[in-house]
Amino acid sequence: MFYREAGQFRTSYAQDSQMLPLWQDKLGMIAILTIAFGIVPFVASDYWLSALLIPWLILSLVALGQNILMGYAGQLSLGAAGFMAVGAFACYNLMLRVEGMPFLLAVPLSGLIAAAVGIFFGLPSLRIRGLYLAVATLASQFFIVWVLDKFGWFKNYDIAGVITAQPITVLGHTFATPQEKYWIVVGIVVLLAWAAKNMARGSIGRGWMAVRDMDVAAEATGLPLMRTKLQAFAISSFYCGVGGALYAFAFLQTVEPSAFTIELSFRILFMVVIGGLGTILGSFLGAGFILLTPIFLNIAFHAILGKAVDATIASALEQVIFGVMIIAFLILEPHGLARLWQLAKERLRLWPFPY
Amino acid sequence: MAAFLPSFETPALLFFVEVLVGGLLSGLMYSLVALGFVLIYKASGVFNFAQGAMVFFAVLSFVGFQELGLPFWAALPVTIGLMILVGMATERMVLRPLVNQNENTLLMATIGLAFVIEGLAQLAWGVDVRRIELGIKDEPIMWLADRTGIFVSQLDIVAGVVAGVMVIVLSILFSATKAGRGLRAVADDPAAALSVGIPLKQIWMLVWATAGVVALVAGMLWGARSGVQFALVLLALKAMPVLIIGGFTSVPGVIVAGLIVGATEKLAEVYIGPAFGGGIEGWAPYMLAVFFLFIRPEGLFGEKIIRRV
Amino acid sequence: MQENRKPSDATRRRALPIAALGALLALAGAETISTSHAAEQYFGVPSSRVGPYSAMGTGYYGGIIDYMNYVNMKEGGVNGVKLTWEECETEYNASRTVECYQRLLQKGDQRLVVFDVLGTPGAYAVIGRMAPDNVVLAQFGYGRTDAADGRVWPWVFGAHSNYWSQIAMKLNFIQQKEGGIEKMKGKKLVHLHIDTAFGREPLPAFRQIAKEWGFELTEISIAPPGLEQQSQWLQIRQLRPDWVTFWGAGSGMNSTAMTSAARVGFPREKMIYVTFGGAEEDMIPAGDAAKGTFVVANAVPGKNFPLVADIEKVVYGAGKGNLQNPTRVGTVYWNRGVAAAVMWVEALRNAQKIHNKVGKTVTGPEFRDGYEAIAMTPDRLKELGIEGMIPPFKLSCANHEGAGKFKMMQWDGGKFQIVTDWMGPNDPASIRKQIEDSAAKFAAENGVTPRTCPAA
Repeated sequence: MFYREAGQFRTSYAQDSQMLPLWQDKLGMIAILTIAFGIVPFVASDYWLSALLIPWLILSLVALGQNILMGYAGQLSLGAAGFMAVGAFACYNLMLRVEGMPFLLAVPLSGLIAAAVGIFFGLPSLRIRGLYLAVATLASQFFIVWVLDKFGWFKNYDIAGVITAQPITVLGHTFATPQEKYWIVVGIVVLLAWAAKNMARGSIGRGWMAVRDMDVAAEATGLPLMRTKLQAFAISSFYCGVGGALYAFAFLQTVEPSAFTIELSFRILFMVVIGGLGTILGSFLGAGFILLTPIFLNIAFHAILGKAVDATIASALEQVIFGVMIIAFLILEPHGLARLWQLAKERLRLWPFPY
Repeated sequence: MAAFLPSFETPALLFFVEVLVGGLLSGLMYSLVALGFVLIYKASGVFNFAQGAMVFFAVLSFVGFQELGLPFWAALPVTIGLMILVGMATERMVLRPLVNQNENTLLMATIGLAFVIEGLAQLAWGVDVRRIELGIKDEPIMWLADRTGIFVSQLDIVAGVVAGVMVIVLSILFSATKAGRGLRAVADDPAAALSVGIPLKQIWMLVWATAGVVALVAGMLWGARSGVQFALVLLALKAMPVLIIGGFTSVPGVIVAGLIVGATEKLAEVYIGPAFGGGIEGWAPYMLAVFFLFIRPEGLFGEKIIRRV
Repeated sequence: MQENRKPSDATRRRALPIAALGALLALAGAETISTSHAAEQYFGVPSSRVGPYSAMGTGYYGGIIDYMNYVNMKEGGVNGVKLTWEECETEYNASRTVECYQRLLQKGDQRLVVFDVLGTPGAYAVIGRMAPDNVVLAQFGYGRTDAADGRVWPWVFGAHSNYWSQIAMKLNFIQQKEGGIEKMKGKKLVHLHIDTAFGREPLPAFRQIAKEWGFELTEISIAPPGLEQQSQWLQIRQLRPDWVTFWGAGSGMNSTAMTSAARVGFPREKMIYVTFGGAEEDMIPAGDAAKGTFVVANAVPGKNFPLVADIEKVVYGAGKGNLQNPTRVGTVYWNRGVAAAVMWVEALRNAQKIHNKVGKTVTGPEFRDGYEAIAMTPDRLKELGIEGMIPPFKLSCANHEGAGKFKMMQWDGGKFQIVTDWMGPNDPASIRKQIEDSAAKFAAENGVTPRTCPAA
């Protein structure tokens, strides 16, 4: 009843190319942004902000990067954590070595450095496909972390090989509290998600999807295969790099290269698949599911069972339930969580008179 | 132990041979893990992320049954039976509802499966680290060391022989039996295989059960070296470069690739590693894999991928 | 929670008068008592019970919880203040540790006073949050070494001994075996370590001593999880070092190192394990290959301590033990957990006394003062029933390490045999100087102004 497109006409090109053509969607987006910027930082506790929301947003951004590569361009890659590491350490070194480097400039620059590295490691994609490519990109994951680990320069020769992120300062103000850091993170994430949405629905995104669906056919129709693939690698790595910089500066604060393990790469892959390949929303939902479910299970187990059940058994049980949930979701909706939202929207269109 | 005498000089060439032989043999230990992946990939087109968890679960159960009082030769069939049950349950509860879904969804499902199996293993048997006794010493074979000066571990030799035997048996199974032919048909096109009357469910069950048994064997040998514990799950990472070099679909390819990966890894670490502070064996096999893929994008023994518009 | 408030009848009968007495005393001494219910002191338990580090996590945090339970059951808490706690699963990873820290930080109106994550990666991940949040980071023999300088790190403690002292103690042990420092010249030592911050932590002190004594130090790293170490051991075989100091984490890596040593015929009697790599859970899987291996202990294992026997009687006797497998009482990790909890409780006692809050809940800053006032004299250790389990030590404003001493143990195939008395670095002053230099460098780089401490 409330979610109808009937009566909303597009009478100009400008109208036709809007991101959210329906007023209901616009309203929804405004509501989400108001909540994200205006309400959440004031009502959420420090625990929610610093331990759940900030890492969730950052990993959503990285998942978005992974989704660009995997969901839109169809290049199965497993190096996301490696590119995050590039971003994190690039940002640290930019702040350290360039006098007066503003944080808000250092972040996109680290993204660009990650993008350059991404292009290099994307080269095998020109010849290798599918699962073989995924394992080949693992080389980048291991190699990057190894380089950062072995060469003390990247860590300013810290004795333990750990970097301590510099304080985040914008226009003379230091963003130190969880609330302030949240604003920085949510601002960057919203901006980049908006950019990703526009890339995905524009000619760039159509190029990616053509490559994904059938690269030989795409090439035959005149699409420059090399440029499209490497572009996807570059943009994806840019997102991962920015995410990595934020992960180090707004979340962990003290980082060693081995924090960006292969497990993290895998988790980012899980986020994209469970959230929904080739959707922006799915990146956010998937990151939320993979990051937050184990935490909530842990909290719930301790709250419900208390100390009546041995904590070791509880921890193992949490793993089992998490696994079962993943399988159940896939059986229920193999195309990811984002697809559930889409289906709900379609229902909503006819609601309450489906016939 | 007495062999480590300060006067015991190893000539450079002999040392090279030792590194090479050691590398080749530990490569075969990787092959054992990789074999389980190939079996499942061949039959259901899934990269089974849960294979590492299965290795852990299988050997932990084996040791667990022994702790409950079963002798070695009784625990073995019981564990094999358990792995067959796991295979059947996986087919029934994970694969069948997801039939005809794409690769990524299936991959994700096996990841969920990995969490379940890891959790169940720790639930059932606890988190204590255990020892497995196979009666094979992981020590240099003395008469070889005395005669040639090369140290080769008994366990390595046994692992190599076991890997070889398993590959031969599985190859025969695939090429010469009815189930094997069915399996290859399923691998080519599940729908077509089903339509000509090949029992898809049974084939899948058979393959997952076989993969479970392979996991048990790999777990026993690795457990003898490193202890029966959670870290065995991470063996899957060691298998990946072996898989891509060998090709995901080739059983004999696994052996050859294992040898290549093992030898490269050890030689690189021993001879190039020290110049960079070590640790290059983490990525050297993957770099090697990329190099091989540039020459042959479907692995050395993988089926040629032909793409048409 | 439920379980703690309901001690068995026997203990309740014993606990009630003590609690009542405590309350009375508090009433007499204090100005007002705002809370109607008995005071509680809340602790966070960031455990790692699943995954590759589960053997460590279940043992250590099992020991901590068992001791807290013991204090509640036996003494009715600390001066009547009940100990309560909340657990959180870290899976031994930095991001989950940060989440756990933030989750445990506040529970209702109670606030966390001490965090002990039993792992260098976890400690590094939260170390910057301690000062602003007013929480003590208790690193029992792990974590950031230069935090031993309390002037730069007021909130971080490395009691009772850190990694630099540990490596120096190992070298002291080696030089004694070799027959003096002058005999060390030209000797070859290999530091075989996990390729992380934890593995590299002792290197500055190690390199310094290598230079001073003139032995040759080769560093060889193992990428985690380290189930395959043949290349490292082949290098060792080629080098033929006199000693190997092993610095690993996770029982997969630890037991593989011994079996791989056996493969290349390196004598286990020349290997010295770090405190974190050497527990029963690491030795047993390696079987015969483990026999003869040396391990450094900061909390001595065994059941022949009055406290251990009493915990077994009181807590396990009542069926309230935390270990799934009660035979692990008295093992390395469990005893270490008990010793850690003893330090927490001792700090709490001190804090109550110093800040005139006997029988009341203390805050983070008060607890910090109490921790800094820990003085484990031999008499006090005897009173606590752990004489010989940890060395006597005393903390101060500047010295957040304390003892810097360890015992050397050797695995005989079934259990650990203690082979030395408490032993520290050959030159403790030089280690201390390195710690202070490193802390000063950190302070300069990060704009920290060290506080001034009264001269000791």
